[in-house]
Amino acid sequence: MTVVLDTLTRGTTPAPPRGQTSVLRERGQREVFCGLTGIVWLHRKIQDAFFLVVGSRTCAHLIQSAAGVMVFAEPRFATAIMEERDLAGLADANEELDRVVDELLARRPEIRMLFLVGSCPSEVIKLDLSRAAQRLGRKHGPALKVINYSGSGIDTTFTQGEDACLAALLAEAPRAPADAEPSLLVVGALPDIVEDQFRRLFGELGVGPVAFFPPRRSGDIPPIGPATRVLLAQPFLGDTAQVLERRGAVRLPSLFPFGAEGTTAWLKAAADAWGIDPARFDRVVAPGQERARRALERHRATLEGKRLFLFPDSQLEPPLARFLSRELGMIPIEIGTPYLNRALLAEELAALPADVTISEGQDVDRQLDRCREARPDMVVCGLGLANPLEAEGITTKWSIELVFSPVHGFDQAADLAALFARPLRRQSLLRV
Amino acid sequence: MKLTVWTYEGPPHVGAMRVAAAMKGVHYVLHAPQGDTYADLLFTMIERRDHRPPVTYTTFQARDLGGDTAELFKTAARDAYARYQPDAMIVGASCTAELIQDDPGGLAKAVGLPIPVLPLDLPSYQKKENWGAAETFYQLVRALAAAPAPRAERPEGGRPRCNLLGPTALGFRHRDDVIEISRLLRRLGVDINVTAPLEATADDLRRLPDADFNVVLYPEIAGTAAAWLERVHNQPSIKTVPIGVGATRDFIAEVAALVGVSPARALEACDSHLPWWSRSVDSTYLTGKRVFIFGDATHAIAAARVATEEMGFEVVGLGAYNREFAREVRSAAEALGLVALITDDYLEVERAIAELHPELVLGSQMERHIAKRLRIPCAVISAPAHVHDFPARYSPQMGFEGANVLFDTWTHPLVMGLEEHLLTMFRDDFEFNDAAGPSHLGHGAAPPSAPAAVEVPPAAATAPTMAAAATLAWAGDAQAELNKIPFFVRGKARRNTEAFAAERGITLIQIETLYDARSHFSR
Repeated sequence: MTVVLDTLTRGTTPAPPRGQTSVLRERGQREVFCGLTGIVWLHRKIQDAFFLVVGSRTCAHLIQSAAGVMVFAEPRFATAIMEERDLAGLADANEELDRVVDELLARRPEIRMLFLVGSCPSEVIKLDLSRAAQRLGRKHGPALKVINYSGSGIDTTFTQGEDACLAALLAEAPRAPADAEPSLLVVGALPDIVEDQFRRLFGELGVGPVAFFPPRRSGDIPPIGPATRVLLAQPFLGDTAQVLERRGAVRLPSLFPFGAEGTTAWLKAAADAWGIDPARFDRVVAPGQERARRALERHRATLEGKRLFLFPDSQLEPPLARFLSRELGMIPIEIGTPYLNRALLAEELAALPADVTISEGQDVDRQLDRCREARPDMVVCGLGLANPLEAEGITTKWSIELVFSPVHGFDQAADLAALFARPLRRQSLLRV
Repeated sequence: MKLTVWTYEGPPHVGAMRVAAAMKGVHYVLHAPQGDTYADLLFTMIERRDHRPPVTYTTFQARDLGGDTAELFKTAARDAYARYQPDAMIVGASCTAELIQDDPGGLAKAVGLPIPVLPLDLPSYQKKENWGAAETFYQLVRALAAAPAPRAERPEGGRPRCNLLGPTALGFRHRDDVIEISRLLRRLGVDINVTAPLEATADDLRRLPDADFNVVLYPEIAGTAAAWLERVHNQPSIKTVPIGVGATRDFIAEVAALVGVSPARALEACDSHLPWWSRSVDSTYLTGKRVFIFGDATHAIAAARVATEEMGFEVVGLGAYNREFAREVRSAAEALGLVALITDDYLEVERAIAELHPELVLGSQMERHIAKRLRIPCAVISAPAHVHDFPARYSPQMGFEGANVLFDTWTHPLVMGLEEHLLTMFRDDFEFNDAAGPSHLGHGAAPPSAPAAVEVPPAAATAPTMAAAATLAWAGDAQAELNKIPFFVRGKARRNTEAFAAERGITLIQIETLYDARSHFSR
């Protein structure tokens, strides 16, 4: 299958250029989730929203397999499973969808926002969910907002589902007047506890007002306009960033808030935009930095010098590799990512070691060949690969945990490191 | 379109994967969009397989749809052959690829691989996982065991041979059932010719006709193939599924009669403790426990027999999610004076359980969710199952040892006999009360987080109860008396009392009403 080798000129900020890194582009079997998987955490984040996937039995099976281990209560998501007769004619499919939505609303009248989520089959039969959303919005509004996006595997890879969801949700954001006071918008679904920590830090810095997106309640979407300054909390939000920029909002480029270094740079980007006195900035972040550094020390002993190979999964791979190499002394060999957004990751790429291979896309068989040959000390990969690699004697960290745990900010830096240290510690403990 | 919260079965191509992953040297090339590779984790995580399933996916994306997805498939098939060198290949499409109509079978043929390549036609929008597994196994058997060579006569004194059909990857206790039943058959003087699909190769399937008969362990998966073998190769099938002591004895009798051996040795070697454990006086408390059973048809029907004949339970509900076997479940339910619940709608099962207030639920992982929410003890008897239901220890469901396992796993979640009495006598004990759950499971086994959940949830309440609720009230002392009834029957008592009161035009329920209703319903 096609293999394209090209080179990537490193970004110039904040570090000076230090040569070039090769990017390996591959096409072959991609061992990744589709964007529907993001529903597993998004449905918990926005508490009065419901996610209705319009898809097949496969879609329903995927979400429960990815989530079934964790979710015991009746979730705020479901699948409208298309059947043979829905495929016969489109008019019929629309009527069927309306009926299913009626059924759903009768069961869950407290829903204020309904996401119609497109899937591979709904995209292929060209079921127009944006028109369906308008129609259902008129029928059930204004108490219920209906929004559509695609989480299909043909359009989105894993975390791109959140990107598509948030980009669609931005259409609901009111327009902030041009002369509004500057405000900060933190974009990307974060655990509530992390949001609260960041909110306190911004408060102490004197940066604000601050809003987080997506909000916990669907009615709390902040106004957006030219006075909006945006900090992305996740690296996979390319489409969302574009929509924000089209609305006039200004993105503050930075490292992502993983580890002490990333979190400092991220907070600094906002502090600088607000013209906060550097001495004040240092004073406010010092305790967090100190706590993070102290807590990371413990894990450094386990991780330092260990060679790391990351399979593509969530697009978090480049920032994580940066954190693991710069703050814990790990040595990344290959950093796989399903998609490399050079603009959003310019700072991250500049901070990576010079000799690392970045691979975009995937041919999983070839990548496994490279991985076996490299014999890394740790592989970061999805659940389909982890046990088979462990059985070959390669220590793995399964990557889905990285999007299911609080890992951002100073006080989670050591938790993030612990996720990587634990498999190695376990290896050293076991005598069987 | 069907509103679905959880599904009991995956799509049919997952069934095909279960067959391919069970076998050795069979590779599956699946035309499927990016994301469908999630199915790998079912095997590597839930079943903890130490190999990737032998599946190559084309993982096409939107940009490929404008181009040549057919070429993508051919490349994938060619590369998969070159890399994995399988003895046989199955090819097919997942739900999305079915819509783009690329004809994987025709494409694979065009590639011209030097091995048998079987096209699978698994209609994703009509059929489900078990059907997909059955169809895949049938197609493999039909293609590989087609040779009409007459079976060689068994030499004088030679042991009869059978095939064990049905065990797959991700099957509920299949690994251990195979061990248990193989042992049982050998004791009967019968040798195992081939076990398939689990651990079987393409050559093993070619040898299937050498056996004298087939044992269909899992009709959901092996039924179609066994029927074909019976028709074409004249191999009779043993249809009794040996789950429980009685069924295992019947199984032994059926095999013995077929091959003309004495069942005595195998029957004498009955090493199940179940009969004595069940007759032991401490088991008296099991008598008449109201149990709700739901799962795949085979396991549900078998569980109903064990529950009634071997545990002394009362089966209050029986159902299955696989419609293909609805008839069998219906007649089993009828025999117990019940109407079978045939549905793959999780919410419908939940409503039925909430209505019936059983004291024990025997179900799948889905019913475990339901039972946990309703705070009813539950044991898993059927797929779909959780990682916990792939235990490290030997833990079959079938045969005499399987019966031991059933006794232990079904009684373990229950409140033990004397404890049940103590709970009733000293209801207000701060530490040991029914809200705390069985004490041997540790406090907090059933956290009293949602006490309202014990009652029928509003969504599940039937019309009469809703109507009754509007005009009925409970006097304070009657309500207090109601709360003294153990929680696992409290909802039932409440409903019965309300129905009793409504029928008699009583609007305020007094303590007397509660006891009148109790005496009325106990007949």
